[in-house]
Amino acid sequence: MITINHYMAVSAALLLIGTVGVMTRRNIVVILMSIELILNAVNVNLIAFSKYHNQVTGQVFAIFVIAVAVAEAAVGLGVLIAMFRNKGTVQADEVDLLKW
Amino acid sequence: MVNLIWLIPLIPLMGAAVLLTLGRMMPKAAIQLLAPGTILAAFLLSLGAVMESGGKSQEVILYEWLPKVDWGFLLDPLSSVMILIVTGIGFLIHVYAVGYMNHEGGYYRFFGYMNLFVFFMLTLVLANNYVLLFAGWEGVGLASYLLIGFYFSKKSAGDAAKKAFLFNRVGDAGFILGMFGVASLTHGSLAFRDLHGLTAGPVVTAAAALLFLGATGKSAQLPLFVWLPDAMEGPTPVSALIHAATMVTAGVYMVARSNAIYILAPEVSFAIAVTGALTAIVAASIALVQTDIKRVLAYSTVSQLGFMFMAAGVGAYWVAVFHLMTHAFFKSLLFLGAGSVIHSLNGEQDIRRMGGLRKEMPITFWTMAIASLSIAGVPLLAGFFSKDEILFFTFLSAKSVFAVGLVTAFLTAFYMSRMMFLTFLGEKRNHAHAHESPLVMTVPLMILAVGSVVSGWIGGPLERWLEPVLHTPHAPEEGGLKYLVMGFSVVAAGAGILLARYFYISRPELPAQARIAFGPFTKLADNKWYFDDLYDALFVHGLGMKGGALLGSFDRQFVDGGINGAGLITRFASHLSIWFDTWIVDGLVRLTGLVTKAAGYPVRMAQTGYVQSYAMWIIAAAAAALGLFWVR
Repeated sequence: MITINHYMAVSAALLLIGTVGVMTRRNIVVILMSIELILNAVNVNLIAFSKYHNQVTGQVFAIFVIAVAVAEAAVGLGVLIAMFRNKGTVQADEVDLLKW
Repeated sequence: MVNLIWLIPLIPLMGAAVLLTLGRMMPKAAIQLLAPGTILAAFLLSLGAVMESGGKSQEVILYEWLPKVDWGFLLDPLSSVMILIVTGIGFLIHVYAVGYMNHEGGYYRFFGYMNLFVFFMLTLVLANNYVLLFAGWEGVGLASYLLIGFYFSKKSAGDAAKKAFLFNRVGDAGFILGMFGVASLTHGSLAFRDLHGLTAGPVVTAAAALLFLGATGKSAQLPLFVWLPDAMEGPTPVSALIHAATMVTAGVYMVARSNAIYILAPEVSFAIAVTGALTAIVAASIALVQTDIKRVLAYSTVSQLGFMFMAAGVGAYWVAVFHLMTHAFFKSLLFLGAGSVIHSLNGEQDIRRMGGLRKEMPITFWTMAIASLSIAGVPLLAGFFSKDEILFFTFLSAKSVFAVGLVTAFLTAFYMSRMMFLTFLGEKRNHAHAHESPLVMTVPLMILAVGSVVSGWIGGPLERWLEPVLHTPHAPEEGGLKYLVMGFSVVAAGAGILLARYFYISRPELPAQARIAFGPFTKLADNKWYFDDLYDALFVHGLGMKGGALLGSFDRQFVDGGINGAGLITRFASHLSIWFDTWIVDGLVRLTGLVTKAAGYPVRMAQTGYVQSYAMWIIAAAAAALGLFWVR
């Protein structure tokens, strides 16, 4: 029997993997993908609790999150392309002018 | 007519303005008509005004020029006499100059200056106060300067003009100070009408003395007379008009005009008489040895001015004015005659190279002879009467002055005769073709010759005419004394003429022997009593050069030192200021920046620019918040 705890564990694992990916990976494409992982960890949680409480609100929120994730991916990739055109790189640690 | 007396000076001024601005473009004939024309108009106006006034004093005030000082003209018996002399003789000299200056360049300039001179001279004599008189006084000095330096390309003429101007300035300084004295006495008013009713005191005496110093400058008295002989560098009509008939008598006029002051200062009056007497005899002695015909006349003028001051000094002001008038006639005639001679000899001025001109120039000879006899004091001619009055009044009040005057009268007769004999009689010593001058020059000579005779006959009427404005000394009625003085004077004149005849006609070799016999005296006279050398040593070399060197070293040592010191101090101060700026002001500013920067340093380090480090902060903060939530 798969309980709510199993879903929460998957969700926690996804969140952890995404967080570590955002913090450690240098390629921005991968960072964006890691952010998707974090968002989807939230989605898993939302749907699991929606089912658990037998309320549909969580699933509606999940749809919103997917929509926001799409928009975020579109803007993120647009910024990424612009950055690549200007700087010739997609490495996050090579873009550090905005400091001090 | 009297209300129109302001026109009398104005007309010559307009003539001068037209001539000096448009004269260059005007045809010669127009200048010849305009220049004497303005003076003739002024003369006719003067004549009309004087006849209408009938000897009453009348003032015409145009406007208030300075506080308590009006631009006003005063027509009284004294100024009446003066304006008639200035315009009448001025007109004759202008007419003469039309002929004399005919071949000279700068025709319009000459007549422009001459008209300007007449304007200033009329302002001087018509002024109703000292300030306006002084304006005219300075103006005639200016015109005199311009005309002495008329031949400005000649260095000697330029130097003479400067000399005349500078010597006049010395006198003017006294005049100005004297005016201050008068102003303090009359509570700021300098009008002549306020001079009456003063009381004697030290200020009156000082003012009188200072005003007389002004007169010694203008009227070429000791010790300031040296400029007048040099002024002969100007054209001869100028010498006649300015340096014989009118301007140089301005000092006499001024003293006569101020007689109310001089009566209160008897010591100053006596000093005037003594100065006049000394000037008369010194100038006469120099005239004895001069060889330039114009310089003989110039020293004679100085000497005759001395006579006028002798009269003014003993209080016989009307006699001074009387001699001024007769002198204006015969001396301007002598100058114009000399000009005629010079003209016909193509500029020769040395009487040793003249002689025997009587035949060639009869009119000039006879008119000049009349003038010479007149100045020498031959009875029935003008100079005899006026000089005799002077001697009479000096005899009454100061016997020593009288004695000097009598000797001077003898010398006058001698040097005038010498000049006439050398110029017109004897053998010819010049081979230039002499000729009589044209009518335009000889007619003024003839008119002046008439004046040189008849102007002496009006002594009595003139005394009564001037009585309302001039203090008249009490003269004893007994005739015997007067005839005694007259006898002395006639003897002196006769002796002078006869001695000159003996020296220069009968025994022409005598003058040279006399020069040797009177060695020291000859040397003194030849060197003009060393006045020029004295001034040269004292002022030109003494003050001018040594003083200049002294001033130069003073400049270098003290003035420059002060300036350099000030510079040094400024530089030192600016160094201090720079140090203060760099270390204190800038230091404070930089310290502020430094503190801010130091404070910002730790915070600044958080801004790495790496996106992921920011993400880490977010996550760490979220984890911390979660941890806090958990602990609670």
